[in-house]
Amino acid sequence: MTVQELELTANTVRQDIIKMLVEAGSGHSAGPLGSADIFTTLYFAEMDVDPKDPRKEDRDRFVLSCGHYCPVWYATMASRGFFPREELMTLRKFGTRLQGHPHNMALPGVENSSGPLGQGLSQAIGMAMTARMDKKKWRTYCMISDGEHDEGQIWEAIMFAGKERLDNLVSIIDRNNIQIDGDTEDVMPLEPLGDKYKAFGWHVIDINGNDIGALMEAYKEADSVRQMPSVIIAHTTPGMGVEFMEDDFKWHGMPPNKEQAKEALHELRTLRGRIRAEHE
Amino acid sequence: MSDYKDYLAKDFLTSPELRPTRDGFGTGLVKLGHMDENVVVICADLTDSTRSAAFAKEFPERFIEVGVAEQNMMGIAAGMALSGKVPFISSYAVFNPGRNWDQLRVSVAYSKANVKIAGAHAGISVGPDGATHQALEDMAIVRVLPNMTVIAPCDWVECEKATIAVGKMYGPAYVRFGRENVATVTTDRTPFEIGKAEVYREGKDVTVIACGIMVFEALKAAEEISKDGIELEVINCHTIKPLDVKTIVESAKKTGKVVTAEEHQINGALGSAVAEALSENCPVPMARVGVLDTFGESGKPDELMDAYLLRSKDIIRKVKSLIK
Repeated sequence: MTVQELELTANTVRQDIIKMLVEAGSGHSAGPLGSADIFTTLYFAEMDVDPKDPRKEDRDRFVLSCGHYCPVWYATMASRGFFPREELMTLRKFGTRLQGHPHNMALPGVENSSGPLGQGLSQAIGMAMTARMDKKKWRTYCMISDGEHDEGQIWEAIMFAGKERLDNLVSIIDRNNIQIDGDTEDVMPLEPLGDKYKAFGWHVIDINGNDIGALMEAYKEADSVRQMPSVIIAHTTPGMGVEFMEDDFKWHGMPPNKEQAKEALHELRTLRGRIRAEHE
Repeated sequence: MSDYKDYLAKDFLTSPELRPTRDGFGTGLVKLGHMDENVVVICADLTDSTRSAAFAKEFPERFIEVGVAEQNMMGIAAGMALSGKVPFISSYAVFNPGRNWDQLRVSVAYSKANVKIAGAHAGISVGPDGATHQALEDMAIVRVLPNMTVIAPCDWVECEKATIAVGKMYGPAYVRFGRENVATVTTDRTPFEIGKAEVYREGKDVTVIACGIMVFEALKAAEEISKDGIELEVINCHTIKPLDVKTIVESAKKTGKVVTAEEHQINGALGSAVAEALSENCPVPMARVGVLDTFGESGKPDELMDAYLLRSKDIIRKVKSLIK
């Protein structure tokens, strides 16, 4: 896929997120919208996964540590063909495979269960350890939120991956600077985040996480690193693509109402007024 | 001794082999490691005392040291299990599953990850380390989690069998065992099956259902009280979950009175599980032996077992309270 095609796919993913959230009536808006470019590039360009055979033995693994981001995961997987897009509208409803926080037993392609923050990086490390032990080439990707770094377990995991020099592990931090109670640097300062990772033995790549080209370059760089795990600190705009949500921590855990959703979808479909055409 | 099943150890009441239950975890791991190359062992800075060391020596490429980080250990194990390994994680029971219960709940139990959790130094018999290190709540907090299997072996021989058995089953399982030398009750010939309670001595008056090192105390109680003409039926209920309701109910129907005995808080584990099963299926008078909703303290294991009323005489006292 070209960069432009990936951008358009990410835009579709964002529209789906808005539709899902307004239908569900609850869920998180800011993180999923902000990280749509990360998910799109991973699933459409970087990772070796097969939607027709989601349990393929030598697939790359993706672990979502910040479980509340799952709307973007589901929307990306649906676009990639893991399940019908209509099913996205069942998010959070009784009987759905699209649980409010992801469950590995519910939906093929979902590798782990998460929700309580801080657990995913350890799970991803376990998978990377298996691959190394079995001399397999597949790689493990883990998505972590920035606020999640308040959890002690994340630092246990960072320390361990550094010790083990797990170069088949790539962690991507959605560095959007917000968490429920406000700015991450007010709630619990994380900076200098990159230096902390470096001190723990990681290769650090710092990029604009809403730049598709920069993401592709970052994955390539991470793939080439040996004897160190890589972390991509992806600076993103929370709520990216929907102006009234962007950079406002109030949208962390809130879905749009119907009117807001209409406005958001209009903005996404017209690429902020850059194009005129709009259709359902 | 003629009333005991002949598959138990010879003269275990008079001159037992004394060995820590944890030894069986160590020997079991090595045997299992030879049977299944997917078995891996992860330890949190307690390799010797949990007896994981033997596996680490035999299979260094399949041993992982995580340092003092039990939460990370549980998560790594989940990830390895979800990618095909059979990880055993070991630490003291107060930390594993005490410290990492949320990780056990979400990363392992909810995810049905094939992780085996080993809780060492369980019970008050760990002794001088004091209350912080005496796991008396571990079985209760694991038992309430869906998908979990919970086992408390009675001696090192049974602990070895339990270790191998959980390695061969699919699904998350918890095995707890102790630090101190205790009487070896069972032998290679003693039956062991996960979820199957075994009647070690048949009797008509009162049923005593025990797990862990309290099985020995229960058998001792049966011997002592038989001098008064009271015949106890003694059941080793090593698997707390899934509970062998059939065996328990059959025995309760026969004797009409049940005493439970465990080296654990009196609330939440074996005694509670048996009470739940009997109240729904065969309500009979019951009494429970266990630590009486209190924390422990420092002391020699024997002193603590006496002080916290975890002896054969305490079982006899409860038996007599039911007979009156």
